[in-house]
Amino acid sequence: MRFERKDLLGTRDLSAAEIRYLLESAESFKEISERPLKKVPALRGKTVINLFFEPSTRTRTSFEIAAKRLSADAVNMSASTSSVVKGESLIDTVDNIQAMAPDIIVVRHKFVGAAHMIAERVGASVVNAGDGANEHPTQALLDLLTMSEHKTLGPDLTVAIIGDIAHSRVARSNIWALTALGITVRVCAPPTMLPRGLDEIPGVVVCKRVEEALAGVDVVMMLRIQLERQDRLLFPSIRDYARVFGLNRQRLDLAAPDAIVMHPGPMNRGVEITSEVADSDRAVILNQVTNGVALRMAVLFLLGGQGHE
Amino acid sequence: MSKKNYSLLLKNARLIDAGQNLDKQVDILLGDGKVVEVADVISSAAEQVLDLDGAWVMPGAIDLHVHLREPGFEYKETILSGAQAAVAGGFTSIACMANTNPVNDSAAITRFILEQARLAPAKVLPIAAISKGMAGDELVEMGDLVDAGVVAFSDDGKTVANSKLLRHALEYASLFNKPLLCHCQDNALFANGVVHEGLVSAAHGLAGIPSLAEDVDISRTIMLAEYLNTKVHICHLSTKTGVYLVRSAKARGVKVTAEVTPHHLFLDERAVVDLAYRESLDESLKPAKLCYNTATKMSPPLRSVDDVVALRAALADGTIDVIATDHAPHEATEKAVEYELAPFGVVGLETAVALGLRLIQEKVLTPLELAARLSSTPAAILGLNDRGTLAPGLAADLMIVDPELMWTVDPEKFYSKARNTPFSGWQMRGRVVKTIVDGKIVFNL
Repeated sequence: MRFERKDLLGTRDLSAAEIRYLLESAESFKEISERPLKKVPALRGKTVINLFFEPSTRTRTSFEIAAKRLSADAVNMSASTSSVVKGESLIDTVDNIQAMAPDIIVVRHKFVGAAHMIAERVGASVVNAGDGANEHPTQALLDLLTMSEHKTLGPDLTVAIIGDIAHSRVARSNIWALTALGITVRVCAPPTMLPRGLDEIPGVVVCKRVEEALAGVDVVMMLRIQLERQDRLLFPSIRDYARVFGLNRQRLDLAAPDAIVMHPGPMNRGVEITSEVADSDRAVILNQVTNGVALRMAVLFLLGGQGHE
Repeated sequence: MSKKNYSLLLKNARLIDAGQNLDKQVDILLGDGKVVEVADVISSAAEQVLDLDGAWVMPGAIDLHVHLREPGFEYKETILSGAQAAVAGGFTSIACMANTNPVNDSAAITRFILEQARLAPAKVLPIAAISKGMAGDELVEMGDLVDAGVVAFSDDGKTVANSKLLRHALEYASLFNKPLLCHCQDNALFANGVVHEGLVSAAHGLAGIPSLAEDVDISRTIMLAEYLNTKVHICHLSTKTGVYLVRSAKARGVKVTAEVTPHHLFLDERAVVDLAYRESLDESLKPAKLCYNTATKMSPPLRSVDDVVALRAALADGTIDVIATDHAPHEATEKAVEYELAPFGVVGLETAVALGLRLIQEKVLTPLELAARLSSTPAAILGLNDRGTLAPGLAADLMIVDPELMWTVDPEKFYSKARNTPFSGWQMRGRVVKTIVDGKIVFNL
């Protein structure tokens, strides 16, 4: 099989076969990061632009390392240094970048559909590194890659996603990818952070209480609570959130005995997850970060290395 | 063409006129800007005779709700370009909203609009703001504005959040028997929403506009009108609950009327991400790939399928009185941005009547009902008794429709300066081929 797409904009429209192919490809890139000389010439001469309209440290670094380990020339462009702050439109910014003939553009943007808009406009391949609350496909794929190290990805698996679902692109990309593989997804959030209409998505089970979501589950995925949202009347206090929705040792005991704990980071220790759980042997949070590089190498390679001119 | 006593005889027309409850083959004689005679056969001489061979004649459509953007936003639309779009779509009278810059909140601005409209092919009816500067604080000088020629009051684009001000506006406007056209929206519930709160907002992470934001404010508006026993008109009704609220208010005898836009009758929330989802008459319309098309962004937003079904039923049973376009032109680069940044609004003048014909084809309305929703009822709401029907002595404002003409919506061919339509590429059956205002042919396909 080949990955025939020009862009990776989301997991929503990926088939199960495409997802499995991406994960298999990522497997083969894991080993490169364990070598003393962590570099292969796969994308030598290719230019990857990390176009970040929103601040990000770990995702941008992960993409940059992935590109460099494939010998691509990686250039970082962030909104604070670009003309966006001067009021330039997205289309004009993108036309300028396209004029410099990049091969791959990795985009992070605060608005939904920005990556789709760019992909429509440029010949380069586009990787969506997060568009508003819509999608963050490489995060979901690296989550699956991490799960696959411990679990068989298929209909016997149940994953609970707990936290601010409404504002989470990580949740959405995971929902599409997991349900594509037949995995049952339970979602749990304060009612104010649970989008209306979510229960109409096939394969998604909405749980009211966190205890209900955790019961016998194989994978627990905690989402970051954005503390800055607190003024939007979505929950009474951080303290109350931690009390009602936080993952602690007792609650984790409700999950399957071999359940793993994931978090896309950055964590608010003591809010959505206690340090006791985050630092336990059940947590695979740093493995997610390690796998992120391999997964992104696979994505860049499949998009940039197969001649999508 | 514009000389006095010019006469035009329309032979073999199928006249569809709700005001006279007529749907039959007739000859129509127009003279001196008025309808002279409607009869089975007219043989008197006229300067020009058109044999329509069974084509439809309907009273010119009257749009209660357009944005002409002048003064202030002439790059989006002008009174002239908007009026040209109107007659190309069969509209002979258009009521223009007050959210220009400056806002139409004084007789001077109203007179400017009427002055600019002197050369316009359609009749332009200015609507004044309810509050000064549409700021929601103080009433405009309604008496002065009525004398200057406004036909209604509206802060459209914004709600009048202050219920006491809205009360006083309803009371004061009733002095002049002019309707208030209310844009109903609870601002706190609307918040930063960009699409209907439902399937698409949940799946794509776009901030939702709950139907509740509209329903709560429709309730408040109806309650005020009921308490005060005044007339009120609800703009661009888009929700199932809103339909219920208007229907039950009418049953209680509240003097409420309501409008619906063509886009809320033909598109639902799914169009935001895939404009081609809807089964079209044109089978060649390919299913589009995922895109966030800003030509589907308007306020109120495209709602759920259930809402569309309820709106169609309400239009058919008369709960919704009129079809109005909410024609809202924007310049291309303003819409060529991220969905969340794009301004609200779509154009509608050049597609509304054709979509109305489609409602007939889809058995939602009879031809006479369509004529009522487009012409006689809007005229009645504005208290215009010289038009809206083609009775002898009234204005010779009409459209000639070829009900079988196949055509494709091509925004590049619009007379409007704007192209922001969600109906681009739609195959239509039936089109306005001629529009006549005051007896003169002002549009000829």
